[in-house]
Amino acid sequence: MGRKPFLPEYWLARWQTCLNNGRGSGEGARGVPLSGHVGFDSMPDQLVNKSVNHGFCFNILCVGETGLGKSTLMDTLFNTKFEGEPTQHNQPGVQLKSNTYELQESNVRLKLTVVNTVGFGDQINKEDSYKSIVEFIDTQFEAYLQEELKIKRTLHSYHDTRIHACLYFIAPTGHSLKSLDLVTMKKLDSKVNIIPIIAKSDAISKSELTKFKIKITSELVSNGVQIYQFPTDDETVAEINSTMNGHLPFAVVGSTEEVKIGNKMVRARQYPWGTVQVENENHCDFVKLREMLIRVNMEDLREQTHTRHYELYRRCKLEEMGFKDTDPDSKPFSLQETYEAKRNEFMGELQKKEEEMRQMFVQRVKEKEAELKEAEKELHEKFDRLKKLHQDEKKKLEDKKKSLDDELNGFKQKKTAAELLQAQTQQAGSSATLKKDKERKK
Amino acid sequence: MKNLEGYVGFANLPNQVYRKSVKRGFEFTLMVVGESGLGKSTLINSLFLTDLYSKDYPGPSQRIKKTVQVEQSKVLIKEGGVQLTLTIVDTPGFGDAVDNSNCWQPVINYIDSKFEDFLNAESRVNRRQMPDNRVHCCLYFIAPSGHGLKPLDIEFMKRLHDKVNVIPLIAKADTLTPEECQLFKKQIMKEIQEHKIKIYEFPDTEDDEDSKLIRKIKEKMPLAVVGSNVVIEVNGRKVRGRQYPWGVAEVENGEHCDFTVLRNMLIRTHMQDLKDVTNNVHYENYRSKKLAAVTCNGVDATKNKGQLTKSPLAQMEEERREHVMKMKKMETEMEQVFEMKVKEKKQKLKDSEAELERRHEQMKKNLEAQYKELEEKRHQFEEEKANWETQQRILEQQKLDASKTMEKNKKKGKIF
Repeated sequence: MGRKPFLPEYWLARWQTCLNNGRGSGEGARGVPLSGHVGFDSMPDQLVNKSVNHGFCFNILCVGETGLGKSTLMDTLFNTKFEGEPTQHNQPGVQLKSNTYELQESNVRLKLTVVNTVGFGDQINKEDSYKSIVEFIDTQFEAYLQEELKIKRTLHSYHDTRIHACLYFIAPTGHSLKSLDLVTMKKLDSKVNIIPIIAKSDAISKSELTKFKIKITSELVSNGVQIYQFPTDDETVAEINSTMNGHLPFAVVGSTEEVKIGNKMVRARQYPWGTVQVENENHCDFVKLREMLIRVNMEDLREQTHTRHYELYRRCKLEEMGFKDTDPDSKPFSLQETYEAKRNEFMGELQKKEEEMRQMFVQRVKEKEAELKEAEKELHEKFDRLKKLHQDEKKKLEDKKKSLDDELNGFKQKKTAAELLQAQTQQAGSSATLKKDKERKK
Repeated sequence: MKNLEGYVGFANLPNQVYRKSVKRGFEFTLMVVGESGLGKSTLINSLFLTDLYSKDYPGPSQRIKKTVQVEQSKVLIKEGGVQLTLTIVDTPGFGDAVDNSNCWQPVINYIDSKFEDFLNAESRVNRRQMPDNRVHCCLYFIAPSGHGLKPLDIEFMKRLHDKVNVIPLIAKADTLTPEECQLFKKQIMKEIQEHKIKIYEFPDTEDDEDSKLIRKIKEKMPLAVVGSNVVIEVNGRKVRGRQYPWGVAEVENGEHCDFTVLRNMLIRTHMQDLKDVTNNVHYENYRSKKLAAVTCNGVDATKNKGQLTKSPLAQMEEERREHVMKMKKMETEMEQVFEMKVKEKKQKLKDSEAELERRHEQMKKNLEAQYKELEEKRHQFEEEKANWETQQRILEQQKLDASKTMEKNKKKGKIF
């Protein structure tokens, strides 16, 4: 890829278009001719140097059922053996395992992170399979958003973990997409650049493959799944990208084993009936995938992730939190106003909560007080009743006592009267006897 | 670091970056500050080999104002397929008044307003492609007095060095001999260090060649420049220069002045770095100060040291969490007090009840005792009464018997 233009007219035409399109930075600027070489045409080089010094970073997510050759494909793509044991089929849920590697090719350093979905498609009930994937992607967006919102932030040295490309592995059934595939891709297409690939495509014959690709593409379209399109807006790569767009989904074969073909060692899979050469474009689309994913569009994948997927996430998140760009009168908010408004709202909320709690307590206290007062009142009433009862009893007793006393008195009187009578009688009797005795004596 | 066996292809990434950057185009904002007549416009025209300032678009010194203005001109220049939107910001009236106090304020305001625009654009919910209108570099023109910095120079640079990349230049350097120029430069650098002014520093590179070049440049600071709008023929060559009776001072001759050094550094090698430092250092400074002020609204400043690592939203989240904890604590406390008081009251009631009950029992017992007493008394009384009545009956009987006997005896006549 040449850096200096071959055709000045070509570039001139581009400038005209650019001017006519009136791009943001060129607005309001008048064009002035230069009478010599100033030297700012080195700007792209300066930028590139900076990027190279800084190093690049790229994150790939591989989604697909266990056993579709995800790890092998990564090894083949990046010409190296990444760590990891092949997974079993007995995972309870879908987990995401990520590994970061520092690679170098010529003077370019790449921090590559490969994220694998472990256990995808293995469960009996796969309804929630996509959830952990979506969560993972969102977590990376969230981490970036948090960094971006910090007061003291270090964005230029931040290790970007956002997923730039999602390779979706389709099982080589030859018929159509599984419903799990459609559901998952539909959930992911607004969050990540999806590149669907047919895995282990050496199991499909050429004619079946064409039909399979057509079926897949039509199913994706009819279900409204947005897969990543290689960009065609840059003339330098428009042609190759649009051709490749027509070959999607890529049918790939991965292999880390080498077989001798002619006098070269090539990566291949050896069968009794022949050898599938990974890098032979007649055998599979591996080379196309590598060209598109790495050599031509890696930077675009990163850019799309940042300017489209991440922005969408950010916008939704901020709107969720109640941020708006304009106030009710459609005047734009300044950042300060936005934060201040948010803060006031927030403080108001907290105050309200506090008040509510206090009120609730006051209410409870009141209620309890009333309860206890009731109980007290009841107690007093009870004792008043008892007191009254007691008083009655006492009165009865008093009456009885009185009557007894009366009787006693009566009896005493009677007794006294009787005794008096008796005494009188006796006296009379004794005097009568005395008289008699006296008479007798005479 | 993993070594790759065989071709992968990401070594092509730089080309992809190159391609995309050319498509996007570049922007750069350059500010020129200095008294009028120091050759600022001429230098800009020489730097960019164009008539940015011309009869139709006069330079700042031609537009003398009563007060310092800050004005910008935007031009679009293309070279080698690369498009650059260049914004030149000049400050007519700077340093020209009799009283120049605060003449730097409009400049500071301008720079801050560009930062604010960028911050607002960056903070919107719906973000679009943001144009970068921030000031990436400020060329400060020092009059070639040969003595040292003027108080205004020092004051200006001190106030601006935290907001923009300041590159001081000795203007109209063709009025100084090389020796005078050397001395002047030394004096200026000494004063810059004394006043702790932070002028733009070249970043260190790992490349030995580059380091050597950079060291050479550093030794020449501040750069002494000459500008010219006129092309003169010298020894068959067409050069930009200033024609004197005694010779031609060539703008692009390294022995005559440092113009080439400036152009190479400003445009050909460090333009990107100037933008990066503006973005990563000056802008971030502005932003963090602005956001800190907004978040810590009315809160004690000393408590905020540790809070600067969070975003204002995370800050609010934490405050919310703290508040929830505080409320929980308050709630438990209130709950405890409540329970305790209720218990107390209940206990009191219970005691009261027990007491009353006890008294009632007491009185009941009392009554019962009295009843018993009464019963006893009655019983005794009844007995006594019964006895007496029996006695009385006997007596009665006796009486009756006695009277009967008397009757009998009377009848018998025995008795008298």
